[in-house]
Amino acid sequence: MDLTVLLVKGLIILIIFAITLGIAAYSTYGERKVAAFLQDRIGPNRAGPWGLLQPLADGGKMFFKEDFIPSQASKWLFILGPCLAMLTALMSSAVIPFGDTIKFGNYAIPIQAIEINIGVLYIFGVVSLGVYGIMVGGWASNNKFSLLGAIRAASQNISYEIALGLSLIAILMMSGSLSLTAIINEQATFFEWNIFTQPLGFVIFLTCAFAECNRTPFDLPECETELVGGYHTEYSSMKLGFYLFAEYINMFVSSAFISALYFGGFHYPFMNEIGQALEKSLGAITGHNVATAIGVAAYFGKILFFIFFFMWVRWTVPRFRYDQLMNLGWKTFIPLAILNVVITGAGLLYNFKYATWLIAIVMIVLAVSSMSRAPKREIVPQRG
Amino acid sequence: MQLTNRSKQVSNKEMTLAEKMYLPAVISGLAITIRHFFRKKPTIQYPEVKKYLGPIYRGHHILKRDEQGRERCTACGLCAVACPAEAISMVAAERKKGEEGLYREEKYAAVYEINMLRCIFCGLCEEACPKQAVYLRHDKMVPVFQERDEVIYGKDRLVEKMDDRYIRANNSEVKTTPTEPSLTRAAT
Ligand code: SF4
Ligand code: SF4
Repeated sequence: MDLTVLLVKGLIILIIFAITLGIAAYSTYGERKVAAFLQDRIGPNRAGPWGLLQPLADGGKMFFKEDFIPSQASKWLFILGPCLAMLTALMSSAVIPFGDTIKFGNYAIPIQAIEINIGVLYIFGVVSLGVYGIMVGGWASNNKFSLLGAIRAASQNISYEIALGLSLIAILMMSGSLSLTAIINEQATFFEWNIFTQPLGFVIFLTCAFAECNRTPFDLPECETELVGGYHTEYSSMKLGFYLFAEYINMFVSSAFISALYFGGFHYPFMNEIGQALEKSLGAITGHNVATAIGVAAYFGKILFFIFFFMWVRWTVPRFRYDQLMNLGWKTFIPLAILNVVITGAGLLYNFKYATWLIAIVMIVLAVSSMSRAPKREIVPQRG
Repeated sequence: MQLTNRSKQVSNKEMTLAEKMYLPAVISGLAITIRHFFRKKPTIQYPEVKKYLGPIYRGHHILKRDEQGRERCTACGLCAVACPAEAISMVAAERKKGEEGLYREEKYAAVYEINMLRCIFCGLCEEACPKQAVYLRHDKMVPVFQERDEVIYGKDRLVEKMDDRYIRANNSEVKTTPTEPSLTRAAT
């Protein structure tokens, strides 16, 4: 690797970093807008055109608020908590390949901060560190409610990580690699996107990703009615801002991860044909770079859709009760994920990729039959 | 007893498998919310667009003059007594010779102040007044304060101007008040 390659690499890292932060900042605005639109409101529209400067205003307000550290708190841990949350959130976007390669001269550099062949493992490692931010914050506050929130977060994250990992194993079996690039390249043709080969795994993964990000309906760590505020009850000013911001970064990273694992990452239908046509008309290098740019745009489209989906679900589905959450995780998702792995394995043995549809079909049949067997809902005339 | 027309019978029945899977319910919920995403929003952009609040809205206070431009208030103090927030205070004075064109009765309010921070816009002063001197305008709100010394409204801001007389009209054709005084203009 010589200097130019290193420089380009550094540039890519900086850009990815900036994009992550930018998207996270504007997710806060997007969240408010989406919430408003889903509730027949208009949402923030005063700061700048369409309220576009709202994140800046919010950030400024956060900075000017009183930064309060409770006297009984363990001071350094109290400061460390939000930093950890932010750090782990930011670290995980490092291995996500946002696009194919860019070519200049003799070099072809992938649009990815670091290329390692254990990308999935790395993300899992970092994501499971993420709970430390919440746990440390809840513990250091020296407040029972914060601690309860942190404990809920920890047990929830640990429980759902198992199902998350298990649902992923089916994909790893199909691609035979832990590298995210390999997983994405394996989904080159449209009908081989993992969403089509692993529908059940996708549902499990998506739900677990919600739980890992502590998003509604799994946002049990924070709950105003039960826990005053949750693990960040004692936090104020930019420390609270960091926690909330980390949540949005997590949302961005998991959206990127979901699109990479199940929706073909930077692939889009007829990608090869378009790429070849571009290379023919614009020359090999420019054509390739333009094709890469289109792929990156497609990827970001998918990511933005999933961020929107996160918000859409948040303003639709009410929060789970904690025992329901645990039941769902341990009694439903883990067995289903294991079954998914077994069936996928059997399918691979006979070279049939769509084997897991079997589970989906059986489940649909069972559900329909249970519906028809269920007692008809009595229509009770309303008394005046 | 039925309080709304949307009440539903609570039932404790076992969920069927389809219900336990949550997914059908979640998906139908998502379909419902996304439909709202594209609906027309009923929001009124407040400071730019104003709604007509009806002829009985209680806004800015006004001390009326009569047809000849004389102040109606006789400083009887009934409004101050009626005021639950104790927002009104006044100093009475006797009318001098030659002031008959200014004040209608022999006694008048030399100082009449309403503390707008205390006022709760209940309208009791308006009801208590025997001389029909104090009203709460239906078409004008008290503007937002920036400073503390702006909040006490003296006679300079309460007594009505003869060229801008306040008439309470129930004009059903006027639906919004884009700029506030125009409503009274339209009514006269
Ligand atoms: S509206 Fe009510 S509170 Fe306000 S000055 Fe009149 S009586 Fe007092
Ligand atoms: S406004 Fe009416 S009630 Fe109040 S002092 Fe004057 S005359 Fe009396």
